[in-house]
Amino acid sequence: MDSMWIKIGSAVLLGAMLIYIWPRAKYMLKESPKAGKGDWGSVLLPIAMVVLFVLLLISMVR
Amino acid sequence: MYENQTVARRSAESALATNKVLRNTYALLSMTLLFSAITAAASMSLMLGPGTYLLSVGGAFLLIWLVLPRTANTSAGIGVVFAITGLLGFSLGPILNQYLALSNGSEIIMTALGGTGVIFLGLSGYALTTRRDFSFLGGMLFVGLVVILIAAIANIFLAIPAMSLAISAVVILLFSGFILYDTSRIINGGQTNYIMATVSLYLNIFNIFIHLLNILGALGGNNR
Repeated sequence: MDSMWIKIGSAVLLGAMLIYIWPRAKYMLKESPKAGKGDWGSVLLPIAMVVLFVLLLISMVR
Repeated sequence: MYENQTVARRSAESALATNKVLRNTYALLSMTLLFSAITAAASMSLMLGPGTYLLSVGGAFLLIWLVLPRTANTSAGIGVVFAITGLLGFSLGPILNQYLALSNGSEIIMTALGGTGVIFLGLSGYALTTRRDFSFLGGMLFVGLVVILIAAIANIFLAIPAMSLAISAVVILLFSGFILYDTSRIINGGQTNYIMATVSLYLNIFNIFIHLLNILGALGGNNR
């Protein structure tokens, strides 16, 4: 029973976050500047490094 | 000539202001991380139930939504930041106790903690040294956050372990993107309030830590 209340509480909290973030997400999608040449490359490189690093951490604890 | 001098002076003033926001943000972030480690240790020693996480996170988000916007430009805002980070640290107690029950629990926690530190320092260092403007990421990151929140709500009731892992993997990537975005906003003058900047960066670190812990615990945890 307790776990059901925790599930409901978690869903309510995440739902509240969603309602709070929704208008900002809509605004950001509309108003964010467009990516220029080379912008995506400058993001994909560090994100790829994060992926590799997390895989390294997983192999360390296995 | 006079115009050139004025432009140069304004540019120097702007750089000084940016450096001040950056310095204050990292100083406050260090103090709040230390404070949340203390509250996490207190919560662990109290051996509280799983409801602690929900209540503490709920309390912290009420402060973020209702109190922080009104106090961010006053000295009271610093107290609010400590209250938020203290509550978020406190929420970690029951989770960390669950991991410590695993035979390699302390190794998993230390790996997640160190890993989060390396990810944060690496990405912040990258944004600081390249000084690129990552504001174009804003729309994608917020839409990603909406999608992941919907998936997380669904998985509370579906309870699919593979989906939980997939959500954690996406959250780590999403908040890695937010570190680049938030740091570049400070550098490029988009964020001039160090209290708001500290809370944003703290939430990035908190989310990466929680979800790295979930992945490492699921893929590398041994039951006693």
